[in-house]
Amino acid sequence: MAITRDEVRKVAALARLRLEPAEEERLTADLDHILDAFAKLRVLDTTGVPPARALAEPATPLRDDEVLNPPADDAVLANAPAREGRHFRVPKIIE
Amino acid sequence: MSAQMEAVIGLEVHAELLTRSKIFCGCSAGFGAPPNTNVCPVCLGMPGVLPVLNRRVVEFAIRAGLATGCAVAPSSIFARKNYFYPDIPKGYQISQYELPICAGGHIDVVTEAGTKRVGLTRIHMEEDTGKNVHDAHAADSLVDFNRSGVPLLEIVSEPDLRTPADAGAYLRTLRSILQYLEVCDGNMEEGSFRCDANVSVRPRGQKELGTKVEIKNMNSFRAVERALVHEIARQEQALADGERIVQETRLWDADREETRSMRSKESAHDYRYFPDPDLLPLVVDPAWIAEIRRTMPELPADRRDRFEREHGLSAYDADVLTQRKDVADYFEAGVGAGAPAKDMANWTMTEILRIVRDEKLDEALVIRSWPIGPTQLAKLIQLVATGAVNRNTAKGLLPRLRGTDLDPEELVRREGLAQVSDRGALEAAVRDVIARCPDQVAQIRAGKEKVMGFLVGQVMKATGGKANAQMVQDLLRAALAESS
Amino acid sequence: MSALHDLSLRDAAMRVRRREVSAVELTRATLARIAATEPQVGAYLTVCGDEALAAAAAIDRRVAAGEDVGRLAGVPIALKDIICTAGVRTTAGSRILERFVPPYDATVTARLRNAGAVIVGKLNCDEFAMGSSTENSGVGTTRNPWDGTRVPGGSSGGSAAAVAARSCFGALGTDTGGSIRLPAAYCSVVGLKPTYGRVSRYGVMAYASSLDQVGPLARDVADAAVLFDAIAGHDAKDSTSSPRPSRALAGSLEGGVRGLRLGMPREYFVEGMQPDVERAVREAVRVLETAGASVESVSLPHSEYAIATYYLIATAEASSNLARYDGVRYGLRVAKPGSSVGEMYAGTRAAGLGAEVKRRIMLGTYALSAGYYDAYYLKALQVRTLIAQDFTKALAGCDALVAPIAPTTAFRLGEKTADPLTMYLSDIFTISVNLAGLPGMSVPCGFDGDGLPIGLQLIGKPFDEATLLRVAAAYEGSTEWRQRGPRL
Repeated sequence: MAITRDEVRKVAALARLRLEPAEEERLTADLDHILDAFAKLRVLDTTGVPPARALAEPATPLRDDEVLNPPADDAVLANAPAREGRHFRVPKIIE
Repeated sequence: MSAQMEAVIGLEVHAELLTRSKIFCGCSAGFGAPPNTNVCPVCLGMPGVLPVLNRRVVEFAIRAGLATGCAVAPSSIFARKNYFYPDIPKGYQISQYELPICAGGHIDVVTEAGTKRVGLTRIHMEEDTGKNVHDAHAADSLVDFNRSGVPLLEIVSEPDLRTPADAGAYLRTLRSILQYLEVCDGNMEEGSFRCDANVSVRPRGQKELGTKVEIKNMNSFRAVERALVHEIARQEQALADGERIVQETRLWDADREETRSMRSKESAHDYRYFPDPDLLPLVVDPAWIAEIRRTMPELPADRRDRFEREHGLSAYDADVLTQRKDVADYFEAGVGAGAPAKDMANWTMTEILRIVRDEKLDEALVIRSWPIGPTQLAKLIQLVATGAVNRNTAKGLLPRLRGTDLDPEELVRREGLAQVSDRGALEAAVRDVIARCPDQVAQIRAGKEKVMGFLVGQVMKATGGKANAQMVQDLLRAALAESS
Repeated sequence: MSALHDLSLRDAAMRVRRREVSAVELTRATLARIAATEPQVGAYLTVCGDEALAAAAAIDRRVAAGEDVGRLAGVPIALKDIICTAGVRTTAGSRILERFVPPYDATVTARLRNAGAVIVGKLNCDEFAMGSSTENSGVGTTRNPWDGTRVPGGSSGGSAAAVAARSCFGALGTDTGGSIRLPAAYCSVVGLKPTYGRVSRYGVMAYASSLDQVGPLARDVADAAVLFDAIAGHDAKDSTSSPRPSRALAGSLEGGVRGLRLGMPREYFVEGMQPDVERAVREAVRVLETAGASVESVSLPHSEYAIATYYLIATAEASSNLARYDGVRYGLRVAKPGSSVGEMYAGTRAAGLGAEVKRRIMLGTYALSAGYYDAYYLKALQVRTLIAQDFTKALAGCDALVAPIAPTTAFRLGEKTADPLTMYLSDIFTISVNLAGLPGMSVPCGFDGDGLPIGLQLIGKPFDEATLLRVAAAYEGSTEWRQRGPRL
């Protein structure tokens, strides 16, 4: 087995995806099937091959330290599912 | 702590950088704006947005690295730290993981047991998160993203510290360095300088480290020291009771004075770090590093040495005057305005700093309301040096000058406080006092030297305190010698 | 006199500039065509008629005042709904963004507007660009205009279908593993995926950051070039956008192919290809030879690892890119009264994200997770280097490569949804191009026995879109495929 149901459960928790039991079962089968198909990748000899990182230019561009954005108006909150004045509102966060 | 055990402490400091704009977008990084105003689609993590790196953040990171003897990586990588929390808008924080910008430096800390070298594992750049506010509505929390994207330096020490007091000294030293470098204002109470600790205990002499516990939620230097004391005691006790130390994160509860285990719903975080594909490697060329080194603000240790060398101060005086950057700046401003270095040092340490301490003005991060400005003090010092006023008068002028930008010379002239050095006037005063105080005159002639002080005092009183004290002494002696 | 909507994009723009037709007339004609074709095609998720007419009227005023309004003067263009348009709903084909209205334009949107284009609507796509048929859209269903029982391809299915149906003069799509080229081939339109970094990704909802690119879909090669010119070039807001200067290509398509060397990757002509597809592609290559190109066989030895490499890298990046869809700041939120933050996350993402997206997030999360990072993600990055090196070697002796786009023509709706791997294999000829960051094009090259379109793939050297457009133009000029349109 390339992946177990228990691992699927753990991964779903990491990704904040709540799965119904049927979904969990199907996903386990799907992922197992897919990872199996990828098995030959794992055994390909890649000794000394650098991981591909940047495709475009080799160095990240830098910008000047200037405040370019004016204070935000209401537009940034317009899509908020819940708000309180200028705050985003969420269920209580328990530390 | 029992003699057989020793504590091993490593500290992780997050320092908010004094840039104008955020690390990955052009929003203001300033403090105190109304909620969700210093925000934009980028730092709110809206769909399709992308980060662009602020050059000054890199410059500040390199400054901090050079100041602490780190190696600066010619190429470093930004990585995504993936986790879910309402205050991290993208569901990941852009940080650095495998290849940070600086590594392998140290900070020398003065402790009771002498100077201790504390290694730095790494310094890296990352973005700050937003802030959760727990609402009056008990059922909800409120989130403000003004702080999201503010640049942070994470500074990680080696586990080289052994006592809570040393930890406190390390933090103070690190903060001083960052303040001197002008990269961070070091305000722990306001959150621009945060500290987490990793602490374990082990039998003295053992090479392996004990299980380490992470301590968070310490909001002042004092809290760090107290939390460490408590946690070390807790671990010692637990081991003595035959328990094993659990590797976990504990929060310092300042009210209850104890560390509490974080009852978190999930198991240990798997952050799934990987290089951020929206940012290419950060390449720093040697020419830029050299330029930063050349234009860097002076470090505390260097400034102290320079004060000894250039201003001829004693090691002790130089040390006192450079412990705080604002005090060092004050001193040099005075010297720059013409005060002789030794006098400026003297006046600053005895008069100025005394008032500052008494009035607790040094509890502020930067002293703003000095008893008197450095230029004014310099002027005052010069007036004494030229004999225009005597030292006592000058001292008395300090409260009068406070809060004003009056020229001391002007004040002296206006109020007629100028030292009286007119021989004729003083001779008259002296003669007058001698005539009025025959008993004391007789005592002096009989050998009681101490009574001279009384006569000098009388002359000073008669001249409204303005007489040139030395001259009065000389004239009295001459007059007494005459008529014997 | 053919209808307005039958004009090429270039002709339409020229007529507006010459005041032979107004932008408003063009827009009205497009809106009418949309209304007429949408019941069959379903390409559009949002039609912004009012905004488009207002923009068109503004263009007309400026044209009347003698201003130069740009190369796309007054021409109605539509955008894949993964590209942000300020003030207009942008869903990425997902229920989780069904009501999301961005307050900002993507850079490509702004550039189109600056060139005078009229944004007439937002086009359906696979949810978050994950898919090869547009069947993964959570918001709408798009059918192939050539055969309504079949898929238009994906993930930019709406873009290809709308261009084929002539319900816009051109469209933008995105291509991460073939999502412009495949639907272009299935719908018989021209599609161009630029070199990675040639076009800004700012404001384009990210699927896989190191693979995504925005590109044009259009009725012919010259139209595609005009659209490409309007959007290409460095953007300071995208750190991965190339600072290399971009020169206008629309005027330099003529060169022909005499003396050009074309490579045919032997790994791309495999068993299992639909015979009509192979026939059409080989015939297209013969046409190019007749026109003066020389053709030789090349090898891309690591091709067999491409699917695994792509699906590990793309899903890993996607699992991170989609974490922001959590119900906190925008989009869908599912939170019963009294629920915790954790329940809000779980409920929101369960309800808002579709099955394929969940599958890919799971795969990507797994590939990055502790203990598996080296075996999967890091390994895939290494193989990516090998695949890119294959192309560099193959292109060292050629000016471009020619290949099929897909092993088959458009399949039926529902035919491949049972097994995700089967669907993934549709991308087999296109994904390596994204892994190598190269430019790729699809140009129509015939039809199969059922009248379904077939596309020819051209793959070029980095930043050499010019050669691709030139070869494509030469091929297009030698054939009649451009003249055929679906019956709607």
